[in-house]
Parts: sequence; C-alpha cells; structure tokens
Amino acid sequence: MFKIVEREELNPTVTKLVIEAPLIAKKANPGQFIIVRTHELGERIPLTIADYDREKGTITIIFQIVGKTTRLLNELKVNECVLDFVGPLGVASHITGMKRVCVVGGGVGCAIAYPTAKGLHDNGVEVTTIAGFRNKDLVILEDEFKAVSTNFHLMSDDGSAGTKGLVTNVLEDLLSNGEQFDEVIAIGPLVMMKFVCMVTKKYNVKTVVSMNPIMIDGTGMCGGCRLSVGGKTKFACVDGPDFDGHLVDFDEAMSRSRQYADFEQHEREDNCNLLHKEVA
Amino acid sequence: MPNMNPKKMDMPLQDPNVRNKNFDEVALGYTLEQAMEEADRCLQCKHKPCMNGCPVAVDIPGFIGKVKDGDMEAAYKIIKETSSLPAVCGRVCPQESQCEEKCVRGIKHESVGIGRLERFVADYHIANGSTDVVIPTSNGHKVAIVGAGPAGLTCAGDIANKGYDVTIFEALHKAGGVLVYGIPEFRLPKAIVQKEIDGLKAIGVKVETNMVIGKVLEIDELFEMGYESIFIGSGAGLPNFMNLEGENLKGVFSANEYLTRFNLMKAYETGVDTPIFKAKRAAIIGGGNVAMDAARCAKRVGCEEVYIVYRRGMDELPARREEVEHAEEEGIIFKTLTNPVRILGDENGNCIGMECVEMELGEADDSGRRRPVIKEGSNFVMDIDCMIMSIGTSPNPLILSTTDGLDANKWGCLIADEDGKTSREGVYAGGDAVTGAATVILAMGAGKDAAKAMDEYIQSK
Repeated sequence: MFKIVEREELNPTVTKLVIEAPLIAKKANPGQFIIVRTHELGERIPLTIADYDREKGTITIIFQIVGKTTRLLNELKVNECVLDFVGPLGVASHITGMKRVCVVGGGVGCAIAYPTAKGLHDNGVEVTTIAGFRNKDLVILEDEFKAVSTNFHLMSDDGSAGTKGLVTNVLEDLLSNGEQFDEVIAIGPLVMMKFVCMVTKKYNVKTVVSMNPIMIDGTGMCGGCRLSVGGKTKFACVDGPDFDGHLVDFDEAMSRSRQYADFEQHEREDNCNLLHKEVA
Repeated sequence: MPNMNPKKMDMPLQDPNVRNKNFDEVALGYTLEQAMEEADRCLQCKHKPCMNGCPVAVDIPGFIGKVKDGDMEAAYKIIKETSSLPAVCGRVCPQESQCEEKCVRGIKHESVGIGRLERFVADYHIANGSTDVVIPTSNGHKVAIVGAGPAGLTCAGDIANKGYDVTIFEALHKAGGVLVYGIPEFRLPKAIVQKEIDGLKAIGVKVETNMVIGKVLEIDELFEMGYESIFIGSGAGLPNFMNLEGENLKGVFSANEYLTRFNLMKAYETGVDTPIFKAKRAAIIGGGNVAMDAARCAKRVGCEEVYIVYRRGMDELPARREEVEHAEEEGIIFKTLTNPVRILGDENGNCIGMECVEMELGEADDSGRRRPVIKEGSNFVMDIDCMIMSIGTSPNPLILSTTDGLDANKWGCLIADEDGKTSREGVYAGGDAVTGAATVILAMGAGKDAAKAMDEYIQSK
C-alpha cells in the first residue's frame, strides 16, 4: 500500500497526488512512468511521473479524470492509499547536451512537460515553453512554467487565457521567424503531438514526443502498448515512452487508444446512472 | 494382482457445452474410490522407469503405492519430498511426454494416470490433510529470488526449508507468474496457486510484489542489501509477433495480453474494471497450450467462432493432446496447415479479416519436424474481427540490461549451467529466463537444482 501525503486539485478535472514510494523516488527520472491500481477489482493504468523527491521518498502524479480509474484516484484523500504503485518504468528522457529547446505542453500534458522544462532549465538550457489549454479554468502550472522558461507562450482555444489559438500557431510563427531550437519536446494529446510534428518536420527540427498508450504490466509483457515508429513495432513501456515524433504513426496510435472506447463509454454511463439515482 | 484394465480411469469432466460458458475447472478430479482403483493399475516396477521421465524425480511408484493403500497423507509426503507444487503439476504437467510416456503399462495399453493421481493426492491434502507447519530453523543467511513463478516459488520453498531467510521479488501485483497471468482458471484454479504461495509464506518466505528488478532495484543493490545469493526466475515474458502488415490493428493481441486480461485482471467477471475485447470471430495463431488457453477463453466470453490457425498439421500441434481434445469438444475449430500473411483492416483501424495461405509439410528440418511449405496461389481470406498471436515468447531484457557480468545467448536467454550457476558469482537462474518458453515443471526442476547449488555456494564461502 502506498500512502497519499498531499493532494491538490489543479483545476476542476486535473488533480495532483504526492505518494509515498521511497524506492521508486530513489530511481525515478524525468520521462519515466508508474503503473497504478487503486483497488482489488481495479485496472492497472500508466501515469507519467510528474515529479519526485528522493529525500522525502515521494512520487508526484498529475492526472486528468477521464475514466473510472482516474475518477477513483481522484476520490482518494490524504493518508489514504493506492493499492499498487510500480516503477519507475520506461526509459528516462534525454535532456542533456542541448542549448535551446522548445517545450510544448497541451492540457494535462503540461504536468509532464513542466518537470522536463525544469530539468532542462536546471541544466542551463534556454527554454521556450508553449502551453495550451481549452480555457482559462483549465490552466495549470503557469507560474511554475514562467519561472523556468526564458519565453513563455500561453494559448487557449477560446482566448480566455493568453492568446487565442493553438500551440502549433505559435510554434509555426517562431520557426518561420527563424527561431532555432536544438529540439522540440511535445507532450499532450495525440492529435496535438501529431500536428506539432507536422510543423517541426517542415522546418526539420528534431522533435521528441511522450506516448501514453493502453498498457497492463508496463514491463514488456503484454504488448498492448505497441506502436509503429519508423515502420517498426515498438513497445512504449520498454522502448519509450519518448520517441522521435517524426517517426511515430500517430493515426495508428490514435486508433489504438480507442480500442476500449465502447467499454469505457458504457462504464461512464453506468456511473452516471448511479449518480442520477443518488440525486433522485 | 494389479488392476489389469487396459484403459486409464476416465477423468470426470464438466460437460463441454456447459463448461464453454463458464470459467470453473474443466476436470473435476477423481473420487477416492476412482483414485484407489487407478492406483491399483500401477505395477510397482522395481526399476521405476516413470521416475526418469519426471524432471524433479518424484518417487512415483512410492506415492501410488500409498494411494492404493488409502494412505493419502503418506502419498502426499512422498510427492512433497521432491515436488513443491503437486496440485499445480498434477494439472498442468505434460505427463504424456514425461512420466506417463515411460510407464510400462503404456507399452501395450494406456499408461497409469500418474498426473491424475498426483492431482488427487494434492487436492485430498488441501481438503483433509494436516495444516501443521514446520518452520525451519534459521541459519542466518539471506537469499533473494527474482520472479514468483514456478521456478522462483520452487527455489524459494526448497531453500527456505534449509533455513534461509528468503525474499521473493515479483514485478506484478500478484505472486504466481505464469500460473496466475497465463494459465486460465478453468485449467488451474487460482485458489490452488494461492494455497501454495500461502504455504511458502507460512514457513517464513517473504513476497514483495510490485517490484520490477532491473528498474526499482538492480541485482547489485540486492547484494548490497545483504542477500548472499540471488536466483533469477524472471520468465520469458516478451510476446513474439509475426511482423505482418496490419498487426497493430485494433482486435489484434498477443496471447500474453489477452490471457493477462482474463487471468490476472479477471476481466470476464462483473464489477471488474479491466476491459476485454468482445470478439465475434477470433483466430488464434499458434498450436501450443497457450493458443488453446486463449481460444477457450475467447469461447467462454461468447465469441461465436473461434479458430486455431496453425501452420503444421493436427499431429504436429505442440499443445498437450488433452488440451486439444478439450478445445475441440468445446467447439474450437482447428484450421491447420494454414498461416496468416496479412491482416486486413477497415477505415477505423479495426481488424476485419486475415489473408492466409495453405501450407503443406515438406522435408524434416533440424528439429526433426517436417517443415511447412507454402502452397503457391492458395491465398484466401478468413472473416475475423480478432486475432491473437500465440507464437511464443522471449526473455525480458530488464535484468540483463542492468546487470554487469551476466552472460546471455543471442536470444537473450541467460546462460546458466545445469545447477543454474550464471557467469556472475552468487547469481543463479532458471526456468524460461534461461531456456526460453518451456514448461512449468522444467522451470520447477531448475528452481530446485538452483536451490541446492545456492545452499552449497553459501555454505562453502
């Protein structure tokens, strides 16, 4: 059992949990992930490590409530426990040997983009951050990003925060104005990462994306997380989760992420019906 | 005068059309009378040929003699002297190619039902036997076991009984390895596996789940923590694929994933959060026990047509004959001498069919099996919405890649001698991590040999 020592709602749909896991905290590095299971009948889901504290022996996860498991995670209070917590899994991000990097985060993906931006900044890299959200209520980590970024661009779909538009609009502007980056790191929804890669490909800028597909064990055993990278099948759990974005088959990854969409929809309806009953 | 019935006592089974809709155990086990009658078929050969067929050399005539006398507890003790998981082996060992193959009764007629008797004795003990636990006296030495599958559990049990302080590190949230994630409930009830693990815990073995060795801790750190010797039984967990066009379509799974969802995650039960793909027509590629398990799982959750697609013929199926027969009875359709060449998808990325070729058997290859050759121009399409790749597994590289001085062959299998000794001092290995995908009993045999060697190593230090 792994105890929750801190809980914070970053916005109405995104929650941060700090969890006691000293052994994992000792080994964790940016870009790696954990597998969590909340209860005996629960499923195993992967979540990228948002932060770690080796001294305190804690791992931070930040997640958006999208399905049953994340809803249950969100219901847990401080001093309550998650049943299973496994990691650190996957290969850590490479954040050394660069001078200027553009970090692009979308929605809850910003939670994972932030430690990367911070890691780069701490290594003396000049960081430009582009963070995109649907609206101002969903903005997270704005001050944190500003603290580690030389340039910070906030975007929202409806213009209620920062500039109205997509992250790719700013990225395209920067690149077309001759801005030079050693690398672009994109973390967010698959569709966002796909379009970021389309822009950077045009300007021939190396782009790394962080993939978060369906998986069970996280150690290479199930193969559920496989994706096509440069025409070859890779397992996100052991070969990634970071990949060269210009080689990833995003359309396939998007299709595969919907493998159990019907089941999840059904679960959600069941839960909503339960809620209706409770209200009535 | 022994019972000279040429045939084995039949195993009582659930009716095929009932069992193919539930996950309860298929084989119901002998009654006491049936067991004693079958035991009487054993000739008690002086030279005990059956023992030579057993990877852990159970004194088979010895225990069967006790069954004949009705002394089940004595029979159990004899099996337990050399086998740590009798209730498991009695169910999943390929007896027909091991002990029962060497049985003198089998020369002219059917061999003695050794596996069925072993299962009976183990189940009888679970239901009626003594639960007294003898906790071994501690010798003050610590050993670590990586992987709580058949090899690791056996090694742990054997070495704990010599007085060692044993900790098993398991990557998944539940101990048992392939016994819990791979083999389905209807062939090996998980309660039985849990009993065996509880038995180990009772004698002081510690089981640490959620510990991926190679990630959270490395082998060298285990030594630093005071473990004097380490056994690696991490299995062959990586699923092989065929690299076919369309392999990443929705509806295409590794047997590992499909079976893990069923067995470890219990996705077929109501109230469980892990989803399972509801196929209408599924093709399982491969002809081993794992393929049979996947096919029979698919059938049980309502898949209308389930095919086993295998490139050789019925006679060449590597699965146990009993499993093939059970699968056929349950309505699994065998499409042998057939091999997929391409998987077809729709515009939404769903698997909607599989292009296959017919095969014929050519000359024998190095393994002595006749090599399947493609019949030119025989391409045809099978209308399926699900495909489960069950063509073998490879060892997981997580430990190898994080441990210096550990040698492996070109397939990533750890190199170990017959005692399980690896190239690293104090590190032993066995089971699928060394052999590549093999059987439960071979893994147990390796765990057993390693326990003995680890004891000798520590005592001679």
